[in-house]
Amino acid sequence: MKEMYIPPKYEVLRDQSKCVSCGLCVKECAEGVHFVDAKTGKYRTDDQKCVYCHRCVCVCPTHALQIARSRDTYPENANWDGQTVNELYRQAQTGGVLLSSMGSPKPLPVFWDRLLVNASQVTNPSIDPLREPMETRLFLGRRTAEAVRDENGLLKDTLAPQLELKVPVLFAAMSYGSVSYNVHESLARAAETLGTYYNTGEGGLHEDFYKYGKNTIVQVASGRFGVFRDYLETAAAVEIKMGQGAKPGIGGHLPGAKITEDVAETRMIPVGTDAISPAPHHDIYSIEDLRQLVYTVKEATDYKKPVIVKIAAVHNCAAIASGIARSGADVIAIDGYRGGTGAAPTRIRDNVGIPIELALASVDTRLREEGIRDNVSLIAGGSIRSSSDVLKAVALGADACYIGTAALMALGCHLCGACQSGRCNWGIATQRPDLVKRLDPEEGARRLVNLVTAWNLEIQEMMGGMGINSIEALRGNRLMLRGVGLTDTELKILGVRYAGQSL
Amino acid sequence: MEKIIDAAGMGFAELNRLVKTAAEKKIRIERCLGQRYIACGLKDKEIFIDGTPGNALAAYLDGCRVEVAGSVQDATGDTMNAGTLIVHGSAGDATGYAMRGGKIFIEGNVGYRCGIHMKAFKENKPAIVIGGRAGSFLGEYQAGGVIVVLGESGDEKPAVGNFCGTGMHGGEIYLRSERLPALLPPQVRAEKIAALPDGAAELVKSWCAFFGRKAEKYLRSAYFRLTPDSANPYKRLYTVN
Repeated sequence: MKEMYIPPKYEVLRDQSKCVSCGLCVKECAEGVHFVDAKTGKYRTDDQKCVYCHRCVCVCPTHALQIARSRDTYPENANWDGQTVNELYRQAQTGGVLLSSMGSPKPLPVFWDRLLVNASQVTNPSIDPLREPMETRLFLGRRTAEAVRDENGLLKDTLAPQLELKVPVLFAAMSYGSVSYNVHESLARAAETLGTYYNTGEGGLHEDFYKYGKNTIVQVASGRFGVFRDYLETAAAVEIKMGQGAKPGIGGHLPGAKITEDVAETRMIPVGTDAISPAPHHDIYSIEDLRQLVYTVKEATDYKKPVIVKIAAVHNCAAIASGIARSGADVIAIDGYRGGTGAAPTRIRDNVGIPIELALASVDTRLREEGIRDNVSLIAGGSIRSSSDVLKAVALGADACYIGTAALMALGCHLCGACQSGRCNWGIATQRPDLVKRLDPEEGARRLVNLVTAWNLEIQEMMGGMGINSIEALRGNRLMLRGVGLTDTELKILGVRYAGQSL
Repeated sequence: MEKIIDAAGMGFAELNRLVKTAAEKKIRIERCLGQRYIACGLKDKEIFIDGTPGNALAAYLDGCRVEVAGSVQDATGDTMNAGTLIVHGSAGDATGYAMRGGKIFIEGNVGYRCGIHMKAFKENKPAIVIGGRAGSFLGEYQAGGVIVVLGESGDEKPAVGNFCGTGMHGGEIYLRSERLPALLPPQVRAEKIAALPDGAAELVKSWCAFFGRKAEKYLRSAYFRLTPDSANPYKRLYTVN
């Protein structure tokens, strides 16, 4: 049988009455969707190549372009939807493992949307953030400290190193290689302005960005790309990546096409070869082994930097977190299954792991039950989409939240999910110089600062409404949440009451 | 001047603090017994260790010479960046994990997972020379650098264990052996070579000099050279969705 025809997912609609043949669409589309017919001189499109990144639509000066879901579909079947059929045909054709990017688009439940926030009425007045101080500053790190006095009777500072955040949001790990130089610069500059941190991901740190060190979290992953003394010393904190929400249980895989000279140098691997991170750290098979790596990092950095351990939200994450909290780590980051990625096997992304809401609540509960919650701070990630998601995460027990996808969207990402191709038209998930320069780091930083500043204002307003004037007083305050449309089991895991139930 | 530290009964934190803060360039640690993280991230020192250091010796090492009269444990030279480590004994598991530079010379055997994910770029080219045998998973995910296994063991067992070079996508492994190891993954290309190339020969000569062996014997032997069989061994596995 010859190759199976797979209809295009999208159709590019061009309104000829509006098109002024400026050619911008041809120039802007790295996928090669738009072209001029050599014979007729007319503008035409190859729908098959369209990934729906919306770049042409956004840049078209006369708004002559629209992208629509293709009308050419398979026979209607609720069980065998178009995407499933496409995937099956592709695999029959190639024998390959399906590869996707960004977070899962599947319609699995989002518990944030079933949690509602409390507000004060009559008996305990709300606080007006316009006129009262409203504290969103917080610290991440181990909070247990022995009271030790020196010979003069003065208290010695025995507190473990802390990360100070002016907002309860950090930028999640996204590696140089999977995203562009300009993305890292935008994140670094925004983190500096906002008084928070960005995370290098596992691809090392470009030497140009060492100057942002005090706002940088560096990652040590199984591939150990770019990890050496200066890298650890430059950073404000070191994150050991054990897992990622989009692909729990497997390692990273950056296609060779994205390993340019600069990326190769930062990662220390040959140009053009695939950058493979093993699934596990091959020196970590137990909590004791993890403790060893935590202390290797601490020894290398003179115990001056908090060590974060990042895990994917999986079935047993509460017990795992309990182990991590005893390993010497200062912070645990939990990444939910809706979290994004530059490339992950589709089946793993869409089927492995659990939602961040349930994972976070169960981890916080477990650590409190065991009396070790203060051993660590918690960062929640894995699709935090808005200020209310942040607020609810804090009320469920998080100290702060990682945002990755949301940050990329502020930089122009339209969630087309074709990051692995390396042809990102928005200059984000690409290393092609002509595409990278489409993202201006100054403009990028400004947009990120705008986003987080706006979220912070909203958080302050909601906190004020609850009569809470410090984000740290909201942490784990689950009485501020009520559930709707949730089962008894879900409510029990989340530790919240149903809407309408009072104390 | 040499600083001498008697490590008997000393915890790792205290020992490492003494090493780090020593004004002397040369340090001699005596009666070492299982202290972890010695020389972690250190540079510009010469450290001699008498005894058995604990795990993660010379992790992130950034340019020291570390010599051990005794065996070493797991995660030795983890993510080492520069320097030289000489072990007059055997090494445990995950030796030289993700090494980025420098050289490790082991007189005896190494455990499992040695040299996993070693890297190289331009002038930074790490190397591990193992006098005895290597356990399974040697050079897994190797992305650069050189591993030489001399296979000196006094018995007929193969020089390396199973799954040597699985996921290898750069660098090279030299095995002094008459026959290929079992279960060599399909992504690894093996060729019998008549003589070691200059770089590997120099490493073998250094190893011989450190451990008082005659280089001639090792240079004249039969070797297999293992390299990745294509630049992108896993590319075909994927179908873009």
